[in-house]
Amino acid sequence: MSRAVEEAGGKTSVNPWENPAAEPFIRIENLRKTFDGFPAVDGVSLDIYQGELFAILGGSGCGKSTLLRLLAGFENPTAGKVVIDGVDMAGRPPYERPTNMMFQSYAVFPHYTVADNVAYGLKKEGLGKAEVKDRVAELLELVQLQDFARRKPRQLSGGQQQRVALARALAKRPKVLLLDEPLAALDRNLRERTQFELMNIQDRLGITFIVVTHDQEEAMTLATRIAVMDAGRFVQVGTPTEIYEYPNSRFVADFFGAINLFEGRADASDPSRIICAETGVVIHADPLAGQTLPDVLFVAVRPEKIRLSREAPAGEGVTVMHGTVEDLAYYGNHSLYRVRTDQGKLVQVSSQNTHRSAELALEWNEPIHLSWPRDCSVVLTE
Amino acid sequence: MRRDGRSPTFLFSCLCFGFAFLYVPILVMIVYSFNDSRLVSVWTGFSLRWYGALWENEQIIDAALLSLRIAFVSATLATALGTLAALAITRMGRFRGRALFSGMLAAPLVMPEVITGLSLLMLFVSLEGAIGWPLGRGADTITIAHITFSMAYVAVVVQARLTAMDRALEEAAMDLGCRPMGVTFDIILPLIAPAMLSGWLLAFTLSLDDLVIASFVSGPESSTLPMVIYSKVRLGITPDVNALAAVIVAIVGIGVAVAGWLMARMARTAA
Amino acid sequence: MMGRGPSVALQRPERLWRRTVAGVPYLWLLVFFLAPFAIVLRISFADPLIGQPPFTPLYDEAQGIQLTADNYRFLTEDDLYWVSYLKSMRIAAVATLLCLLIGYPMAYGIARARAVWRNVLLLLVILPFWTSFLLRVYAWMGMLSGQGVVNKALLALGLVDQPVQILYTDLAVYLGIVYTYLPFMILPLYATLERLDGELLDAAADLGGRPRQAFLDITLPLSAPGVVAGSMLVFIPALGEFVIPSLLGGLDTLMIGRTLYDEFFVNRDWPLASAVASVLVLILVLPIVVFQRFSQLDREAAR
Repeated sequence: MSRAVEEAGGKTSVNPWENPAAEPFIRIENLRKTFDGFPAVDGVSLDIYQGELFAILGGSGCGKSTLLRLLAGFENPTAGKVVIDGVDMAGRPPYERPTNMMFQSYAVFPHYTVADNVAYGLKKEGLGKAEVKDRVAELLELVQLQDFARRKPRQLSGGQQQRVALARALAKRPKVLLLDEPLAALDRNLRERTQFELMNIQDRLGITFIVVTHDQEEAMTLATRIAVMDAGRFVQVGTPTEIYEYPNSRFVADFFGAINLFEGRADASDPSRIICAETGVVIHADPLAGQTLPDVLFVAVRPEKIRLSREAPAGEGVTVMHGTVEDLAYYGNHSLYRVRTDQGKLVQVSSQNTHRSAELALEWNEPIHLSWPRDCSVVLTE
Repeated sequence: MRRDGRSPTFLFSCLCFGFAFLYVPILVMIVYSFNDSRLVSVWTGFSLRWYGALWENEQIIDAALLSLRIAFVSATLATALGTLAALAITRMGRFRGRALFSGMLAAPLVMPEVITGLSLLMLFVSLEGAIGWPLGRGADTITIAHITFSMAYVAVVVQARLTAMDRALEEAAMDLGCRPMGVTFDIILPLIAPAMLSGWLLAFTLSLDDLVIASFVSGPESSTLPMVIYSKVRLGITPDVNALAAVIVAIVGIGVAVAGWLMARMARTAA
Repeated sequence: MMGRGPSVALQRPERLWRRTVAGVPYLWLLVFFLAPFAIVLRISFADPLIGQPPFTPLYDEAQGIQLTADNYRFLTEDDLYWVSYLKSMRIAAVATLLCLLIGYPMAYGIARARAVWRNVLLLLVILPFWTSFLLRVYAWMGMLSGQGVVNKALLALGLVDQPVQILYTDLAVYLGIVYTYLPFMILPLYATLERLDGELLDAAADLGGRPRQAFLDITLPLSAPGVVAGSMLVFIPALGEFVIPSLLGGLDTLMIGRTLYDEFFVNRDWPLASAVASVLVLILVLPIVVFQRFSQLDREAAR
């Protein structure tokens, strides 16, 4: 669920991207960037709304960093345009854009103190000394570095350096804050804390954030919306829930966590019945509306949607398979099972350990039934 | 992408100007080595006569051979000593007098040649008076002088490689039962061999190139190539020196080309 | 383990090996580097003699220990030496500045060139070093002579009516020093500039720093170690330079290296030459310490 809805506390609130009358804050139109003929960003269009925390997600080399650099003005687009708050950014160098960036390497100036780093942008803006001082103090407090103002970057930990970079980027009160892999260099504990800090700061300042990341977990927890990128194009744009529960392709489904994929074809007479090619089992699914189904399609089912039971489950629209437990792993809060169906297909199942002693207490090589309701089958055509 | 104020055109013209500055004098010198005239700056026609004159100039040939011999011996010994010194600095931990040692090792890099030459001569003279060695001065004293100042350069090159080397390799060897001396021969030396080779080449070049120190510590019978060249050009330009310069540039050029080709081939086979 | 010294008792051959590694070069430097200095220092306090060796002995059975400061007194009294020291410093300083002005943009250009070009350009910077230093200085004799290329070019461009005297002037010495030592300026500058993180410049631009300001705020201060290292690598050897002033300079281009050489080979006054050398070493101590300090800082920064 998106956070906009949560905040509204159930009141009728329409997310801006669902409201055709809403004015987008950032418009990216058909943006292209080629390096030596190779397209890094290959015709991308996107609207981002004020106050969004937008994540661009993709593997390395998918073009997400180039896209961010195009927004910041470090690269000039080969074609297309970027409009921020109604102003076309074409030909505008980075030092004249209302965007600021938090770099992946932090790029904290090593020869300046923490305070001078934060003050840099303000001084370039021509602000008075007293004002700069106040703003720096305010920002250092925001990132809880007030006691480190006079330190040099090399005396700081990685997490502290990152907060300097954040304060520095926020100092000029940019219209858009660009974050390049903000959590990549942090260790696990710090990641979680920083993630919530970022969300808090974004809430308080109301600045539009655009985050580039390769980590789907990071994108899902942080973002209001996510654009999944591959080979310079957007594969899917949507809220974290939409992308997780309704991926539009095998690529997206696979990118977000574990998933079971079944190849099959739709029953000619009843498109809600899909005959699995590998197992011959009939998989029940909600038919896709207004779409002609290709001969070969895929059904994707998340491991946590599958139920394990000793007795054969029954019911309308429930897909059932039978197999034996080949492997099981206990993770504390949940357990992971790998079940080999009688036809030889390996299926992953995860189940929450809601009780102290698992009700099922499955053994290796135990025969078992797998089942999931029809609305958990996601039909993918590509 | 212009990020800090220097336009590519500005930089490009700076590079062009700089390289022209570095190479035009050498090219002019080579061109005039083919000049027929004895007056070096007036072009009268193409000729190889100065190369012939060079070939028949026994003084220059002898000096060149002496220089090469001194350079070979001093580079080899300087590489051995410089490598030991680099090992001592980077791998022997703290020992008594380490600060003095590293100071003495670095000082020849910045010492004016006139001082190195003068002080070594004073040493040789004093030694001769005190213990009767070295008897007079010649190729041996030049070699010792060259070893002393070029081992510092070798040490710098080898030290850089040793510092960059992964210590885990040596620790792994020791973990597998190798003793420190064995580690040096089995692990360290093979890995620093390229640095030692660069150091050797550097020492060889420095020795071949040295005029000032050799002038101080040489005897009447031993004139190195730079000394002969200097005595010729001190009085003005002579065309056979142009020819000699052209020959040296050609040798260096071929050497670099061969080295480049070898390295490219090695990189290909490694890939 | 080896780095911190062995904590376990080493067997005999190992101990011997360790002693050899450190001991042999140590001994060599003591005998052939440190001892000569002590001797020079000692001779600088002796009187010249006609004979072999041409100076009074330190110890005389009749008179005991003999030390005289006459040579140093002479250095302060005779203008020649003052003028030489000062002129050497001035020439070395100006040549260093010129090297910096030419070398900085070149190093910058190489550092910003495409990776494939970078090594080629670097090789081109180093290549002249492998050819004879003496011959490169000699090349300028030909360039700068009355009918040399430079004068021909000046005449052809109509900048002068008749050949100008450049060879055997201070200008020729400046040209010679800049020409010879330019690579020593470029290489350390290149090393710091190449290491400079491009994202820092992106960050400066992102925060509103225009290119020129970003250069002054970020690039220049961060390349300071390279500037200092390069300057010292040019200044120190230029100060004691002998070949360049003696081949390209005029009779009045009094540089201390040349004065020392003449004092030794022409006047054969060993004690005075030793005193000149001792003072030169004293002058060099400061730039050498600065150089060591900065190269150490630079090594730490590179880590």
